[in-house]
Amino acid sequence: MTTVNPAADPKAVEAQLLAFLTERIKAPVEPADDLFRAGLVSSMFAMQLVVHLEDTYDIEIVGPELTLDHFRSVEAMTALVLRLSGKNDG
Amino acid sequence: MTDHTEHRLAVIGAGVMGTNITALATGHGVPVVLVDVDDEKLAAARLTVRQKLKHAQLMGVLPDGRGRGELVTTTTLADIAGATTVIEAVTEVTEVKHKVLTEVGGLVAPGTLLISNTSCIPVDEMATWVPRGEELVGVHFMNPAYLIKMVEVIRGSGTGDATMERVTELLSALGREGLVVHDAPGFVINRLLHPLINRAAMLVQEGVASAEVVDGLLEGCLGHSTGPLRTADLIGVDNLVDSLVVLHERTGDPECAPCDLMLQLVRDGHHGRKTGRGFFDYRKAAE
Repeated sequence: MTTVNPAADPKAVEAQLLAFLTERIKAPVEPADDLFRAGLVSSMFAMQLVVHLEDTYDIEIVGPELTLDHFRSVEAMTALVLRLSGKNDG
Repeated sequence: MTDHTEHRLAVIGAGVMGTNITALATGHGVPVVLVDVDDEKLAAARLTVRQKLKHAQLMGVLPDGRGRGELVTTTTLADIAGATTVIEAVTEVTEVKHKVLTEVGGLVAPGTLLISNTSCIPVDEMATWVPRGEELVGVHFMNPAYLIKMVEVIRGSGTGDATMERVTELLSALGREGLVVHDAPGFVINRLLHPLINRAAMLVQEGVASAEVVDGLLEGCLGHSTGPLRTADLIGVDNLVDSLVVLHERTGDPECAPCDLMLQLVRDGHHGRKTGRGFFDYRKAAE
């Protein structure tokens, strides 16, 4: 039996994050959308995104990684998850 | 701006505002002794403060190049004795504030700045509970205190000039900006905001509109960044009811008598964000 790391596949992470956001903010979201500029998420929800990524992908977001730019879009969050999971080899 | 190293804070009450103020201060390099009545609540408060500091860092609102202030938690009120400023942030219930401020007044040395983060109880009323009323001033921090720069400063009729200077220095060290008002029940913000929230809840109670629609109208038409009912959930519906009772008792304003829907939410344990549900459901609902 093979165990798949949930953070191993960029496409899977992106799809999971899109599904999470679409459910939470009740609006369609594209991977490159600037969530803050579009007014889709508030400063309070930004922190919920931090907690969600930490809990879902078993990562810790601290220090210089903890900046709003890393949560600005699904693409940025996907890159952060892959980087902190050690899966971004490219 | 004064040097942040000149300040040592004691914060009484590890609830929503106590942990907010603690995160604000430690994030600005000011050490804090945080006091509450039980160790379990203090353990939870340490985690909450850590999360709030992460939120503050995420939003880029902490000063660069300044280390974090040390956080000490304790159930022993006497541990506040070495503080340069004591901030009272306990429940908005007259008897509770009276007891705490009386005890604090007996512990601190002359010259210690006393701040009440009161929501509605007038500063002049609280000044009679401490030995040196001229050293007491009201500072109404907003929620979240580490994100909102503006605070309402309430000068009691007996608050001294030296106290006003020192509170200005402290707020400067914490990166806050204060606007000073005269003393009155609810001051400016809550005298306006609390009846508005109460009326918004009444409209939901009467079936005129849902909570989503009431907030949507005030946000979309009047430009409020957060509608009154989401604001209520952020403050805590239980805290709001306490504050409305204080306002109603002191002003007689019928708009301040908490409406049945708010009282029911409190009875049901739906106190807002902190319990996961209030006017809105935060366990799965949208922001």
